[in-house]
Amino acid sequence: MTAVRRYPVLVALCLAALFMVVPFLIVAVNAVKSPAEYSQHGPLSLPKGVYLDGLKDFWERVDYSQKLVNSVLISGSVAILAVILSVLNAYAIGIGRVRGRTWVLAFFVLANMLPQEALVYPIYYLSKQAGLYDTRLSVIIVFTVIQAAFGTYLLSSVLSRFPKEIIEAARIDGANKWQVLWRVVVPVSRPTLGVLLVFFFIWTWNEFLLPLVMLISNDNQTVSVALGVLQGQRLMDATMTNAAALLGVLPALVFFLVFQRTLTRGIAVGAVK
Amino acid sequence: MTVTVERGTRAVGSHRRTGPRRSRPRESYALFLLPGILAFLVVIVVPFLMNTGVSFTEWQGVGTPKWTGLANYRELLDDSEFWASFRHSLFMVVAMAAIPTVLGLVLAAALFDYVAKHFGTRIATVLRACFYLPQVLPIAVAGIVWSWILAPDNGSLNALLKAIGLGSWQQDWLGDPDLALYSVMGVMVWVQLGFPLVVFMAGLQRVDPQLYEAAELDGAGWWRRFWHITLPQIRPEIYVVLTWCTIAALKVFGAVYVLTKGGPGGATDVPSYFSFTTFFEKTQVGYGAAISTVLTVIILVLSLVFLKLQTRTEDAEEGARAA
Repeated sequence: MTAVRRYPVLVALCLAALFMVVPFLIVAVNAVKSPAEYSQHGPLSLPKGVYLDGLKDFWERVDYSQKLVNSVLISGSVAILAVILSVLNAYAIGIGRVRGRTWVLAFFVLANMLPQEALVYPIYYLSKQAGLYDTRLSVIIVFTVIQAAFGTYLLSSVLSRFPKEIIEAARIDGANKWQVLWRVVVPVSRPTLGVLLVFFFIWTWNEFLLPLVMLISNDNQTVSVALGVLQGQRLMDATMTNAAALLGVLPALVFFLVFQRTLTRGIAVGAVK
Repeated sequence: MTVTVERGTRAVGSHRRTGPRRSRPRESYALFLLPGILAFLVVIVVPFLMNTGVSFTEWQGVGTPKWTGLANYRELLDDSEFWASFRHSLFMVVAMAAIPTVLGLVLAAALFDYVAKHFGTRIATVLRACFYLPQVLPIAVAGIVWSWILAPDNGSLNALLKAIGLGSWQQDWLGDPDLALYSVMGVMVWVQLGFPLVVFMAGLQRVDPQLYEAAELDGAGWWRRFWHITLPQIRPEIYVVLTWCTIAALKVFGAVYVLTKGGPGGATDVPSYFSFTTFFEKTQVGYGAAISTVLTVIILVLSLVFLKLQTRTEDAEEGARAA
């Protein structure tokens, strides 16, 4: 391949990549403009200085700290609980090879495919009956199960290839099934569990429909729901919209930078399994 | 996907039978399934059966549901809103499955083959990260970003068009009934593209480089190698990506809620949003349940078809190898 032909491809790819990140840049640029500057020069001008009052106003107005706490609490709990539930299921299916495991696994796969629309009203209704409506706990319970459906499916296939010798050795040393799980299987599978943990956290963070239905009071809402509802009400001016967008983008950007390797590797693992 | 697991277990199971620990009852492992099964019954199975049951009734969410048999489904058949929402779903499948898969394939091959080889893997990794970035964004936030960019007054896109002298191209991107669906589709391509790209790039690492070298020696150009080596080699990834993306496209909700609320005039309504408004705004729970049941059936049938296709090609390939 000659250099003459190589560069146009690189340039085209760079332009395409730029197109992907440009929305983030415009948001960042405009979130630090004052409303006066925005209305005078429009969205494309570079900011004259850094104006943070818009961000601060927005932060206080929607009580963003509370939303972050809610999102972290819900996503963190779901990630941990769903990994535990997936491990228990996958231990029985992948290593225990319980009878009828193919059917059990098919059941989890189907549960994973179901659209949330087919569950949302009964979950809303039942949680009202149980007094759990508009609590963070209800969302934690529901997403723990939904994420564990995927986790069970993935982990079962990983654990079914777990080296039998290690388990046999531990059993001969007198460990019972419970001890084998926590002292042998879990430590050995730590990389996969880490990937699942990160995925469950981010997926739950990004969830919209169920939290939108289940969390109506301001104090319980997640970042996604609070921002989505605000946008849906069409009450925000341009500066506020940009503040909202930037504050919504930042946590995702942090996760992305922190977990980039896990994310890209994890998707590959998940896809070919 | 399930099939690989099953195959693996069969092989190991037969090995195990010869082991000394045959006497231990394997059923005691079933206890570990207990919490999972119980949780799934409560959160998935019961709600799903309730939803299906309610779809045969007329119910406002309070009082006793009134059994109406298939009346809701008959009404659906004559409901133009329902048909429109599924027609828009097809557009979403194009925007979220077809286009990202094709673009993802070309971009992944170009990044892997061209950029990583001639300019170093670092540049390829950075570019991949740029494409993947929208995937980690909450869809609600992506919606806010784009609805502001596409805003008719003072939105960035219109401002940009004006700045480069194409002022006459300015549009009310999300407010024009003829345009809104295409604008939403554009946003969804942007959102979705990173997923196939990353999966395909990982798949390409599996491909034996000797295949390419041999083809290159035979004088095959880039496109021929892409067509005859890359595509067949990463076929499993293509199936998985198409399955996932198609299902995601059928389920799309957040983007429509934030960008257009199904409007203008139902121009971007999709089944999940349609069922949502029927449930919670019109409180016609029975009718909403019927919509979501139809959606569920379509998704399950599609998943089974994809799974069948995937295992059939896998089996065919295995058969060819054995012969």
